[in-house]
Amino acid sequence: MKSKAILTVLGKDRVGIVAGVSKVLAENDVNIEDISQTIMQGFFTMIMLVSMDEEKISMVELQNKLDKVAKELGVKITLHHEDIFRYMHRI
Amino acid sequence: MLINPDEIRETISMIQEQKLDIRTITMGISLRDCVDASGDRLQKNIYRKVVESARNLIDVAESLQSKYGIPIVNKRVAVSPISVIAESSDLENYIPVAQALDKAAIDIGIDFIGGFSALVHKGSTRGDVCLIDSIPEALAKTERVCSSVNVASTKAGINMDAILRMAEVIKKTAELSKEQDGIGCTKLVVFANIPEDNPFMAGAYHGFGEPDKVINVGISGPGVVRAVLEKHPGVDLTRVAELIKQTAFKITRMGELVGRESAALLGAKPGVVDLSLAPTPTPGDSVAQIIEAMGIEKCGGPGSTAALAIINDAVKKGGAMATSSAGGLSGAFIPVSEDLAMAEAVASGALSIEKLEAMTAVCSVGLDMIVIPGDTPVETIAGIIADQMAIAVINHKAAGVRLIPAPGKKAGDRAVFGGLLGSAPVMPISNLSCKNFIKRGGRIPAPLTSLNN
Repeated sequence: MKSKAILTVLGKDRVGIVAGVSKVLAENDVNIEDISQTIMQGFFTMIMLVSMDEEKISMVELQNKLDKVAKELGVKITLHHEDIFRYMHRI
Repeated sequence: MLINPDEIRETISMIQEQKLDIRTITMGISLRDCVDASGDRLQKNIYRKVVESARNLIDVAESLQSKYGIPIVNKRVAVSPISVIAESSDLENYIPVAQALDKAAIDIGIDFIGGFSALVHKGSTRGDVCLIDSIPEALAKTERVCSSVNVASTKAGINMDAILRMAEVIKKTAELSKEQDGIGCTKLVVFANIPEDNPFMAGAYHGFGEPDKVINVGISGPGVVRAVLEKHPGVDLTRVAELIKQTAFKITRMGELVGRESAALLGAKPGVVDLSLAPTPTPGDSVAQIIEAMGIEKCGGPGSTAALAIINDAVKKGGAMATSSAGGLSGAFIPVSEDLAMAEAVASGALSIEKLEAMTAVCSVGLDMIVIPGDTPVETIAGIIADQMAIAVINHKAAGVRLIPAPGKKAGDRAVFGGLLGSAPVMPISNLSCKNFIKRGGRIPAPLTSLNN
């Protein structure tokens, strides 16, 4: 089953955040469909729309892998299914 | 991106900073097909039906929690009123039925199971009497069973004999759990106009108009409402109502999404979304703090009832737009021990039981989680319940009373229950007697519903 999810990264800016996160995504066959990234007052914020095949990797498994890389990079990563934002912000 | 970054950030901060969560997924299960003349078989039937129906409740809730990244705090079950289901059995008391429910709840890993209940607003049958007599011991011998008794309705009036009996049951229940400040009473609620689809404990039961299995969802998020109001300190009250309405809409959509999907995964009918602002003892997760954010110095001060009325109405308006299946209690909850700022307001003397009673006229529950002195006379407890039932019956609303007469404690002492139940100071109660009023018994007739003045 194909699923779309919103991934956010927040933390102190440093070299290699985009690389570190996208490496995990690529290794698990998760596609980046859209990306927006800014530095706000020295803080790195990135929002990605990703699509994945849940038969290959589940949301929980991906979340666990992202938690690991978040720890290495010293940032906070969240992953939520796209529907939660659609439901909340669109009628 | 289809959803803009600000909206994404808003949702994430609601969940991470403002404690937005799905407060409960409650599966309603009909036990009508469990009835048996043999008490043994009845207990086996009930255990089997609950376990078979709700076996996957925890797994499904956890998978949705990971998928959407939103905490689902409680997973519960509500069953048909045991007073009816056990009535034709040969059991002399219903404590073994409570134990069967408790075992089922423990085995499937849910937090609470509700429905050790009776509906006696007009009168009692043998099963009702037997159930009510069993309540104190049933709650003492079980861990997760919740009990509710409906003693009044707008259509039938107020059963004063049942209220006096329930006051005795409350006292007895407190005594049987005196080592924990009467914690048994936190699992017991006396209701007027009890909803058939309420997912919140202790008053959840599975009504007779409900399908075999149904999923009702209770959402929460007082912290989100407070954060929105704090961002707009100077706006007028029309705008305040609008902001609460918009926030309630967003919160309820989340409940709608999770409710529909969990029902489908569990093979149950999607039931209602209960759009209630239910506080917890976590700092910030408080309805009293919303009232304070609106400009009242301390919850309980003048203006508190008006502020609560705005919140309650706006929550319903926003929620009703977000789901076509609003139900349950829907509104704002004001449980004292479960709301840190509410308990603080009591401790500082700002909030009295009389003011709380006035506030219950405009919100969705009644006098909830209120600790009173252990030596409060039974008739006084009955009087407090009767007052609350009258407010509910006349105003066509649901109301539950959860009083805890903490054994050995006096006004100003503190009762501690722990976890989501929190802790609260013991509230002073009027010494004036209502004994002669209560002793009259009988039924207060149903109110006229025209000539509304």
